[in-house]
Amino acid sequence: MSVASETIDWFTDPANWSGDYGVPNRIVQHLGYTAVTVAIAAALAIPIGLWIGHTGRLRGLAVVFSGALRALPTLGVVTYLGLFTGVNLTATVVALVVLAVPPLLAGAYSGLESVERQTIDAARAMGMTEWQILTKVEVPLALPIIVGGLRSATLQVVATATVAAYVGPGGLGRFLIDGLAVRDTPQVIAGSLLVIALALLLDALFVAVQRVAIHGHPAVQPSRS
Amino acid sequence: MSYLFDNWGQVIDLSVRHLWLSLIPIVLGFAIALPIGWYASRHRRLRGVLLSLGSILYTIPSIALFAVLPAVIGTQYLDPINVVIALTMYAVAIMIRSATDAFSSVSDAVLDAATANGYAPAGRALSVELPLAGPVLLAGLRVVSVSTVSLVSVGALIGVSNLGSLFTNGFQRGYDSEIFTGVLAIVVIALVLDGLLVVAGRLLMPWSRVTRPSGVAA
Repeated sequence: MSVASETIDWFTDPANWSGDYGVPNRIVQHLGYTAVTVAIAAALAIPIGLWIGHTGRLRGLAVVFSGALRALPTLGVVTYLGLFTGVNLTATVVALVVLAVPPLLAGAYSGLESVERQTIDAARAMGMTEWQILTKVEVPLALPIIVGGLRSATLQVVATATVAAYVGPGGLGRFLIDGLAVRDTPQVIAGSLLVIALALLLDALFVAVQRVAIHGHPAVQPSRS
Repeated sequence: MSYLFDNWGQVIDLSVRHLWLSLIPIVLGFAIALPIGWYASRHRRLRGVLLSLGSILYTIPSIALFAVLPAVIGTQYLDPINVVIALTMYAVAIMIRSATDAFSSVSDAVLDAATANGYAPAGRALSVELPLAGPVLLAGLRVVSVSTVSLVSVGALIGVSNLGSLFTNGFQRGYDSEIFTGVLAIVVIALVLDGLLVVAGRLLMPWSRVTRPSGVAA
């Protein structure tokens, strides 16, 4: 039980809650990396995914490409890049973008594929342009699945940003990596609990967003959530 | 690439460790999730609870789970068993969803026909439901396989040696060729396992085109 009480001591020690190395600052850094990464990955993957879903072209290539990206171990990518960039954010962000692209891409194209063919034909028959079909029919109907892709990308990034702290300057992963380096078990466990709590909190937030995405469009059946 | 040729023996040794640390969780995860998924597909309420539990479990960062497990279940700090147990938990979390979807996709009419033909519940599950659920199960297993092989490398951060050790060691020594070798070896292992799963699927389910993992929730 000593580890448990030492961990509680860690949490109640005011020194761990203030300054650059304190919990609040580490949480802000962690969320910052996550937001930057997901924004970049979404800007790359969602337009491409929508184009693939709308035109039906290059789908096979996208599946193979995402599969190959998934096989890349993030720790390997981040250490490799880290050797060339040094200890700064570049390696972390690039490695996490690589991680976030596949779920976002899959969310976008499989979301559009889930829209019924007849609905799209009807929109076209009513004289909508391709752009209108995409933005006014397909995207709203596909929104729950697109948000689902965003959710799984964000959660993977939040979790893996911890590993990326191995070469990165900050974030909650520092508690884990630094704690492991000096065998400071309470700090490792405290860091782990903080990341777990943050991940669960974000997940709950996304569940709420997904509900809104579904309820905003009552015609959409909640696909398997 | 020079690292690979100079340290061939070590790379092979680490690859074998890596393969074991991946295979045990993949097989265990599949074996545990299969009956649970089958049962959950018959019980709607349980299904919701299990799927939420699975997705909560999957949001826990791997390194956090590796580090916390010894304190929770009383294993040794550097024991590879921590990695095996944590990765089995992830495998179960992903696989339960696939297994539930797979067994739910078998149509009720087929089940009724099987019952009418005299199948007992156990026989029906094995000879009718399992083969029909096969393609979706395989798609889930492929996602589990790729993600497990990749996640094992994180074990290097808590001192469990595998191909991920080439990342930590290469980073500390500033040796990019060593890291590159590790990435390459992991991707090769992931692709070979994936290929074997596809071949096994073709052999076991010759009637069905193998479905690809599309996995938004991968």
